[in-house]
Amino acid sequence: MGGTSDHRGHPLEMSLSAKDKALVRGFWAKIAPKADEIGNEAFSRLLHVYPQTKTYFSHWSDLKPGSPPVRKHGLKVVGGLSFAVDKIDDLIGGMLTLSELHAFQLRVDPANFKLLQHCIMVVLSMLFPNDFTAEVHLAMDKFLSRLALALSDKYR
Amino acid sequence: MVVWTDFETATIKDIFSKLDSEVVGFSSRFLYRCLIVYPWTQRYFAKFGNLYNAAAIMGNPMVAAHGKTVVQGLELAVKNMDNIKATYADLSVLHSEKLRVDPDNFKLLADCITIVVAAQMGAGFTPEVQAAFQKFLAVVISALGKQYH
Repeated sequence: MGGTSDHRGHPLEMSLSAKDKALVRGFWAKIAPKADEIGNEAFSRLLHVYPQTKTYFSHWSDLKPGSPPVRKHGLKVVGGLSFAVDKIDDLIGGMLTLSELHAFQLRVDPANFKLLQHCIMVVLSMLFPNDFTAEVHLAMDKFLSRLALALSDKYR
Repeated sequence: MVVWTDFETATIKDIFSKLDSEVVGFSSRFLYRCLIVYPWTQRYFAKFGNLYNAAAIMGNPMVAAHGKTVVQGLELAVKNMDNIKATYADLSVLHSEKLRVDPDNFKLLADCITIVVAAQMGAGFTPEVQAAFQKFLAVVISALGKQYH
């Protein structure tokens, strides 16, 4: 067996059960065909429902739901989510580069991760009402919470 | 005093008029989702019997009945949108002094309500509708917490 890296067995990963991971992976595989729509809807909602988040994008020409810069960024966000699902067994290690990006360059206040998390959940519920069961909701909520923690790991 | 735009007022009333005909299904759905996704909220329902797992919660008639009680409370706010704070004064006292609910839980339930309404409305739950609905729930939560001391 290879040596363990120092983030292996971090409490974050231990608290996502095998069932949680299976539910997240299975659900994500099912919804992958609508990834672009999910990214756009979730990010559009973040800016519209929580207007204070617009402060991070004041350099954009158009912040309206579904506008070209919003759509483009939604793609980035959902791409990040897919990436994270792939790293579900080691979120802290897997998200290291993205954490450094958010910590040192973007400097997004981590409180905003919760807001985006909620918007993502609303969109998943809206687009997949039958698949987004209470159990999937629970697993996704746990996963996204831990993802937010992994993203803020390098902040200080 | 909360100022509602015409769009917000119309949106809230429209959502609740549509949910009315499905009250039994809707109301139990959001409450059992809260009990499953945020299991610590079960602490307030010790007298409800079997809440052991998702299936038990979903089949529990006391959960269904209580969901209806919560929806009726929300409908009261919809009927009195211009003065939710005063309308909820007694409910606030009830939640703080008798039920002793940690007000942070109101936000958890509100998030579950939003998610269930989103599932029901599908594409109709636009960002604008979501913003109006969440503003309504935020006012309700604030009014419910007013009498805590």
